[in-house]
Amino acid sequence: MQYFDNYLQSKGGYDYTNAKRNELMKAQGFKEMPFTKTGTTIVGVLFDGGVVMAADTRATAGSIVADKNCEKLHTLAPNIWAAGAGTAADLHHQCAHFNAKLKLQRLNLNRQSRVNEVITKLTSKLFPYRGQIGVALIIGGVDCNGPQLASVSPHGNYVYHPFQSMGSGSLAALGILEAKFQDGLTKQQAIDLAIEAIEAGIFHDMGSGSNVDVVAITKEGVDYRRNIRQYNAKSHQKQIPYPFPINNTPALRKYEFNFEKQELTEVGQEMEIVE
Amino acid sequence: MSGIFEYNGGSIVGMKGKNCIAMACDRRFGQQMSTITTNYQKVFKIQDNILLALSGLNTDIHTFYALMEKEINLYNLKENRKMKPTTFANLVASALYERRFGPFFVTPIVAGLENGKPILATYDSIGCKSDLDDFQVGGTGGNYIYGACEAFFKPDMNPEELEEVIGQSLVSGCDRDALSGWGGVVYVLTEQKLTVKILKTKQT
Repeated sequence: MQYFDNYLQSKGGYDYTNAKRNELMKAQGFKEMPFTKTGTTIVGVLFDGGVVMAADTRATAGSIVADKNCEKLHTLAPNIWAAGAGTAADLHHQCAHFNAKLKLQRLNLNRQSRVNEVITKLTSKLFPYRGQIGVALIIGGVDCNGPQLASVSPHGNYVYHPFQSMGSGSLAALGILEAKFQDGLTKQQAIDLAIEAIEAGIFHDMGSGSNVDVVAITKEGVDYRRNIRQYNAKSHQKQIPYPFPINNTPALRKYEFNFEKQELTEVGQEMEIVE
Repeated sequence: MSGIFEYNGGSIVGMKGKNCIAMACDRRFGQQMSTITTNYQKVFKIQDNILLALSGLNTDIHTFYALMEKEINLYNLKENRKMKPTTFANLVASALYERRFGPFFVTPIVAGLENGKPILATYDSIGCKSDLDDFQVGGTGGNYIYGACEAFFKPDMNPEELEEVIGQSLVSGCDRDALSGWGGVVYVLTEQKLTVKILKTKQT
C-alpha cells in the first residue's frame, strides 16, 4: 500500500485522498465554499498582421470581489497568449502547466510553438475531465501560419473565429464586436474595439469590473499593456487619517522572538497587562 | 446545516507594512454554535521569515499545516538552505491545487519577508493565489474585516502602527461575526524579530 502511494505521488497529477470524505460531508448537508471565479469579460480580435486580446481584472468569490486587480492574460509561449474565464485556480495552474510543457517542447524541437498545437493539447486534456476543470480560454497568437484566434470551452470544444468573447460579460462584449468588427482592421483600431467591448462587459455585467488589460501580438513581438484603462480608481483620499495611539490596544501578554539570538522573551512593562 | 467553512469558525487577516508584515487571528474553536476552546492556534511560524495563517475546517488546518511543515523540513534537508517566501507561496498553491477534486477546506494566507520586502499571498481552497493586494483576509469574519481594513489601512506603516491597525481591524471585524472572536493574537514580523501580542477582547 505504501509503495502504491509513493508511486502515485511520484507520477504527479491530482490527489483524490480527500474526495470520499468530502462527498460524505456533502451528503450530510454541508455546503462548499465558492471557489474564486473570474466572472469576467474577455475578448479577442484578429487584425491585419496580428491579434489583440483584452480582459477585465475582477475576480469574485460568490458575490464578494476577491481580487480587484487580478491578471487574466496568461503567456503560453512568447508568441501565444491566453485570456481565461472560469475557475481562477484552474486557469492559473493549467496555463502554468502548458507554459512549461510548451517550453520543454521548444527546447527539444528547436521550433516556435504553434497555436493549433496549443489547441490540440488543451482540448485533449480537458475532454476526459468532462468539464470539471473550469477553464474557458481565448487563445491568440502569431506563428508560421499567420495570426490565429480560437476559443476553447471547458468541455474541450474549440472554435476558430476572427473575433471571440467569453465569460459572464461575453454577451455584452459580443454586441459591440458584432456591430463594429470588420476585416482588415489596423492594430490601433483593433485595440480600441477590444477596449470598447470590455468596457461594455465591465459596466453591464456584475461579474466583471475594475480595469482593462490589453495584449497585442504581431510577428515582431508582443505589446502588453497592464491596466490600460482604469475606471474604478478611488475617487477620494481620506482627508483625516485614523491614527491609533501606539500601544493602545490592551494586551494580555506580549512576547518577542529575536532571530539572531534565537530566543523568546516576554515583554511588557510599558503596557497595561491584565490577567 | 451551514457550510463546511462555517462549522468551526475563525478569522485571519494579513497586512503589509514598510519592511515589515503582520498577521492576526482570533482564538475561537467551535462546533457550529458551541465553543470548544478559546486558545486554538491558527497562525504558524514555518520559518524565521515566513508565517502561515489558516482558516476553515480545523481538522484540515491541522493536516495542512503538518503537510507544509513536512515539505519545508524536507526542503531544508535536501537543499541545505532556507526556503524563500515566494517559493513557499507557490508551494502552498500547488499543494492546494493537487487536491483540486477533493480539496482541503482551508483558506490560507502566507506572509513573509524576502530581502526586507513584504510578501503577502492568499488563496481560495483550491489554490488560486492572489498576491497583489496590501492586505488579505480569510475565514467566517473575513468580509467584515475587509470593511475595517479598507478604512484603517494606509500604505508603508512602521511595525508599531501596523500592530495597532491590524489588531483593531481584527477586533472590529470579529465583533460582527458570531463564529469568530474570544481573543485575538497579532504577529508582527520584521527582519530582526517576531513580536507576538495576545489581545484582550470582549469575551464572547
